[in-house]
Amino acid sequence: MHLGESMRDCEYSQISTRSSTPMETPYKKRTPKKKKWESFPGRNKFYCDGRIMMAKQTGVFYLTLILILVTCGLFFTFECRNTLRWGGVFSEELYKLNSAFLLLLCRCSFFIICFYFTSCPFLAQQLTPIIPVLGGALFLFVLGTLLRTSFSDPGVLPRATPDEAADLERQIDVANGTTGYRPPPRTKEVVINGQTVKLKYCFTCKIFRPPRASHCSLCDNCVERFDHHCPWVGNCVGRRNYRFFYMFILSLSFLTIFIFAFVITHIILMGLSGFHTYLISSNQTTNEDIKGSWSSKRGKDNYNPYSSGNIFTNCCVALCGPLPPSLIDRRGFIEADAPQMAPPTNGITMYGATQSQQSHMCDQDQCIQSTKFVLQAAATPLLQQQRSEPVIITSSPENGTSLPALASLTLGGPCTSLPIGQPTPPTSTPSLSCHEAADMLMMHGHTLNHTHPLQEQAALHHYLTPEEVPSPPGMLHCGSPLGHSHTVQASFYNPASQDSLHEDSVRGLVKLSSV
Amino acid sequence: MQHTASLVTKVFIQRDYSEGTVCRFQTKFPTELDNRIERALLEQTVKTLNSYYVEAEKVGGQSYLEGCLACATAYIVFLCMETRYEKVLKKISGYIQEQNEKIYAPRGLLLTDPIERGMRLEISVFEDRGSSGSSPSSSMSSCGTAR
Repeated sequence: MHLGESMRDCEYSQISTRSSTPMETPYKKRTPKKKKWESFPGRNKFYCDGRIMMAKQTGVFYLTLILILVTCGLFFTFECRNTLRWGGVFSEELYKLNSAFLLLLCRCSFFIICFYFTSCPFLAQQLTPIIPVLGGALFLFVLGTLLRTSFSDPGVLPRATPDEAADLERQIDVANGTTGYRPPPRTKEVVINGQTVKLKYCFTCKIFRPPRASHCSLCDNCVERFDHHCPWVGNCVGRRNYRFFYMFILSLSFLTIFIFAFVITHIILMGLSGFHTYLISSNQTTNEDIKGSWSSKRGKDNYNPYSSGNIFTNCCVALCGPLPPSLIDRRGFIEADAPQMAPPTNGITMYGATQSQQSHMCDQDQCIQSTKFVLQAAATPLLQQQRSEPVIITSSPENGTSLPALASLTLGGPCTSLPIGQPTPPTSTPSLSCHEAADMLMMHGHTLNHTHPLQEQAALHHYLTPEEVPSPPGMLHCGSPLGHSHTVQASFYNPASQDSLHEDSVRGLVKLSSV
Repeated sequence: MQHTASLVTKVFIQRDYSEGTVCRFQTKFPTELDNRIERALLEQTVKTLNSYYVEAEKVGGQSYLEGCLACATAYIVFLCMETRYEKVLKKISGYIQEQNEKIYAPRGLLLTDPIERGMRLEISVFEDRGSSGSSPSSSMSSCGTAR
C-alpha cells in the first residue's frame, strides 16, 4: 500500500509534511543529510559526531580535570610508587573517540597515569602494595564519572515542533473558549499523588514543562528533573546524569580523603614528632630503637621490659609521670677541703656492707640523745681541753689524710668536705648536720635541731670504738656490730691515741658528729 | 486506484502527570479524531503504551542489578549490552508499527513513536483523497480545522 510505504518512511525519518508530496522524494538525497546535533537549537557544544554533549562554557571543566590529574599525579609520584603495569582499559575507550581535542587530553592523562604508576612507591614498600592499586582504581573511577557527567545528555527535552506548538495553542484556545489570538497561559495545574503542582509553559521550548523540569538559561534547554547547571563539569545536571554527578563528587571526596590521609601519614611518619610519639607509646629510647635492643628481630622472646604493654599507660608515664629532682646541686658552694673528696668514696665502699645492718637501729631519738650527751659533754673539762684541741683537729688539711680521714670517718660517707671544728654554713646535705652539731659544740651549747634520721652518721658513730667513748643511754646496743671496722678505725686513730687529751676530745666530737 | 494522502493536521496526546514524572499518556480522547477512529481502539492503544512505559521505568530487582553491574564496570558493560529501557523501547516501536498497520493506517492515521517527539504522542491525520488529483499539502498547518 502506498500509504503503508509512506508510513514507514515517516517512522524512520523526521516526519515532515514534505514527505506527503511525491515530487520531493527523488530530490531528497541532493543535499547531504545533516545530523540533528548540527541543527540543535540549544546552546550546546557537540563532539565526536554528536556522541559528546557539553555546555558552551567549558573552561572550568578543564580546570577541574587538570586539578584532579595534577593532584593524583603528585600523589602517585611521591606517595605511591610501584611497578604496576597499567591495564590500558581506558586507552581502548579513548581510541574510539574521534575528537582531536579530547583525544589529546585523554592521551595526556593516560601517559601521566602510566608514568606515575611505573615509579616505585615508598608507601607500597613500607605498607602494602594495595595502596597504589586502590588509589589508582579510585582515581580512574573519579575520572570516569566526571567524563560521563560532562559528556552525557542531562535529559534535554526536545523543543516542540511547529505542529505541536500549534496544536497546543489550539487546545488552549478551545479550553479558554476564545478564538482570538491570546498568549498561552503560563501554568497548568496537575494533581500528583494528592499534591497540586503547577506546570509552567516554556516560551522558548513552546511546551508545558513536565514536573521537576526547568529551563537552563546557560544551555537554553529545558532539562528533565533539572538539578543545576554545574560549571565544574561543564554541563547541566539532570535526570540522565545525576547519578554520575553524585558518584563523581562522592568518589572525589574519598579520593581526597585517601590522598590527604596518606600525605598526613607520610608527614607524621617521617616527622620527628611522629617518631617520638611512637617511642613514647612503646616506652623506648631513641638509642634503643636505633640499636634495636627490644626489637623482635633480635630474638623471638625479645621484648621491652620497661613497657607496660598499654600505649596509653606508656604515654601517661612518659608525659605525666613524676619528675625526679636534680642530683647535681648546681647552686651549692664548693668545699675548700679538696682531699676530703677522695675518702668519702672509700668510706662508702667500706661502710656499705655494714650500713644496712645498722641503719634500722639508728633513728632520730638516738641522734637527739647523742646530741644531748654531747652538749653535756661540752660542759665537762673534756671540752675545755677540746678547746685547744680543735687546733689539732682543724689542722687536718695539713696533717694529711689521717685526721681528716678520722674526721671524715666520724662524719660518715655522705658527710664530706667539712672538717670538725670549722664553722660550717648551713647546707642542703642532711649528712652535714653532724657538722652543725660539732659547730654548736664549739659554740658552747647551741641547741641543735635534728630533723634527719642520719642513719649514716649513727652507723659511723658505731664504728668508732664505743667502749672508748662514753655512749649515751640507748646507744649502747648500737655499738655491737663493729667487728671489722675496728681495724680500719684503728689506723685512723693512731695520731689521736698518742695524746689522751686528743683522744678524749676526739671522742666527744665523734659522738657529736655522729648525731 | 491510487490513493494519496495529505496531511491534514497533527494531534498530540499530552502526558498525564497525575502519577508523577513517569511516562504516561492521557486517555482523554482528542476531539479531532471523533470521526476517524473508535474511542475504544485509541484508548486501548494508549493504555498498552502506558503499560510498556511502566515496565521500562520500573524500579525493581532487575534494574538494580543492571545499575550496580554497570556502575561496577564503569558503564563499559553498556558497550555490549543494552539496557532494559532500550529493550522495552524496541518493543514499543514494534507495537506501534503493528498498530499502525492494523488499525490506524486503514483509517488514515499515523502514530509516531513518542521517543522521536520528546515523549509526546503524535497522531498524524491524513486526508484520504482518491485519484491522482493533486491535493494541496497543508504542510505548515497553523490552525487546522477539525473535521
